[in-house]
Amino acid sequence: MTPALETQMLVKRFGGLIVTNEVSLSVRPGARHALIGPNGAGKTTLINLLTGALTPSGGRILLSGEDITATTPFERVRRGIARTFQINQLFNDLTPLESVMLAVGERLGHGNRLFRPLAADRAVSEEAAALLERFRLADVMCLPTRDLPYGKQRLLEIALAIALEPKVLLLDEPAAGVPEEDRHEVLAIVRALPADVTVLLIEHDMDLVFSFADRISVLAAGRLFAEGTVEEISGDPEVKAIYLGDAA
Amino acid sequence: MSTPHSQIAAAFLRRKAAWSPLEAGLWGLALAAAFLFPSQQLLLSEIAILALFALSLDLIVGYAGILSLGHAAFFGIGAYTAGLFSLHVSAEPLAGLAASAVVAGLLGLATSFLVLRGSDLTRLMTTFGVSMLLAEGANQAAWLTGGADGLSGILLGPIAGTFDFDLWGRTGYLYSLAVLFILLLVARRIVHSPFGLSLKAIKRNSRRAAMLGIAPNRRIVVIYTISALYAGMAGALLTQTTSFVSPDVLAFHRSADVLLVLVLGGVGYLYGGIIGAVIFTLLRAWLSVVTPQYWMFWIGLILVALVVIGRDRLDPARAIALVRSRLLGRPAAKPVPLSEDGR
Repeated sequence: MTPALETQMLVKRFGGLIVTNEVSLSVRPGARHALIGPNGAGKTTLINLLTGALTPSGGRILLSGEDITATTPFERVRRGIARTFQINQLFNDLTPLESVMLAVGERLGHGNRLFRPLAADRAVSEEAAALLERFRLADVMCLPTRDLPYGKQRLLEIALAIALEPKVLLLDEPAAGVPEEDRHEVLAIVRALPADVTVLLIEHDMDLVFSFADRISVLAAGRLFAEGTVEEISGDPEVKAIYLGDAA
Repeated sequence: MSTPHSQIAAAFLRRKAAWSPLEAGLWGLALAAAFLFPSQQLLLSEIAILALFALSLDLIVGYAGILSLGHAAFFGIGAYTAGLFSLHVSAEPLAGLAASAVVAGLLGLATSFLVLRGSDLTRLMTTFGVSMLLAEGANQAAWLTGGADGLSGILLGPIAGTFDFDLWGRTGYLYSLAVLFILLLVARRIVHSPFGLSLKAIKRNSRRAAMLGIAPNRRIVVIYTISALYAGMAGALLTQTTSFVSPDVLAFHRSADVLLVLVLGGVGYLYGGIIGAVIFTLLRAWLSVVTPQYWMFWIGLILVALVVIGRDRLDPARAIALVRSRLLGRPAAKPVPLSEDGR
């Protein structure tokens, strides 16, 4: 089976510093794949390489078997890679409704329409409203995003990515900074993501990783250190030593 | 099938794009001015033209986040095109207006590629550079432009063969106002379209916009070209209502003035340019009578005061919210659910 997302000997150097070191990662279609590792292991760099925000120094990136190493970030989004950000990257003075309509509209190629009012685009507004309802954002969808509680903003962060109907979704610490009482809402949404979407989860929170992932890769000092099922990784003493040890 | 939420969404979007009574009132006043102040028609034309010029700048500054210090390039080329068109091709103003729009739009398209990359500072410099090139070109090409003396002897026929320009300038004002109104309607349409929304997204968070699959360059080229087209038409109106073009239309102070007008009126809501143009022109007219030598001093002082105080605090609604939050020690804005069935 062709992997949904694959890297082959991916390398990223900043001057003499090797941040991503010959990473060959393979994510099967529909997987719930978690990428863990201590701070500075190169997780965010890897995401930036996958989305095209950074250009690799070597190696290849394949999406469903097609080489996308040289494509632009926009092209990758159109081919089906979406991401969320560890630190919210939202449009603060737009409403969630407008933000999601933007994402849906771009997916459908409506973004070049100059003279059709947004309000007349019923297909897009209905889809956006339905998605916002699913993400429990319907009651705040007409407020400026900056006025939303942080937990709701995290949900919008994920909703924007899902609105693109991605094949592969890169979730960068979706529950980061969410207050304890709102966590379950974010986690419920993450668990309820459509089964046909391949998810690569970058996460510090081990509860979330162990309850969500079916496969775990461990990144340490830019290298893929270990890979396996939840049982294998949680039982691996070396992984415990480099990662779980100092987290626990 | 539409759910209650999608109906709320549709109603919200319609409301956001709907006309406010304030807007309608403003246009009513502008129209009434043509008949209430028969001796001030030239000043009113000046306001309408400056408002259109500032509106064109707002499209790129307020919506696409592109600062320009050389917007006079498009204004000037439009002004010269209208002059040359009336001298050599046709004296019909609407045809001249269209020709100016096309020429300025083409210049905008050609130079839009210069503003795609770089920071605000490099954009300021490249736009400034383009306008300087054009100003010097117009000055040197005396065979075409009349050089420093400008183009004179411009005679315009009646608009659409029907409306003659009169001595007091009422036709000129109504013509300028009509063009401003129509172009504002078009701009309104554009900013409330999916394209307009994508511009706002690029301006506010280009990183996220890219991750939604929005390739910004093409959108910026389109809006920059439209903005140039608008500025060119503003320039054409100046030529047609004054029957004269000089290198002054390309001068640096025009680029600076229009930016000032936009700062006075506020960016990103289309009416900033119009309100700013009214304030700026009236202030200038008044100050140049009261203190003919020092009116720039007062304009400068007002500008500094505006920036220091912040326009937000001049907005009554925000001022009230701010005072309330200070007094009660609560955040000024709290999310309020719009419907009960959300949870």
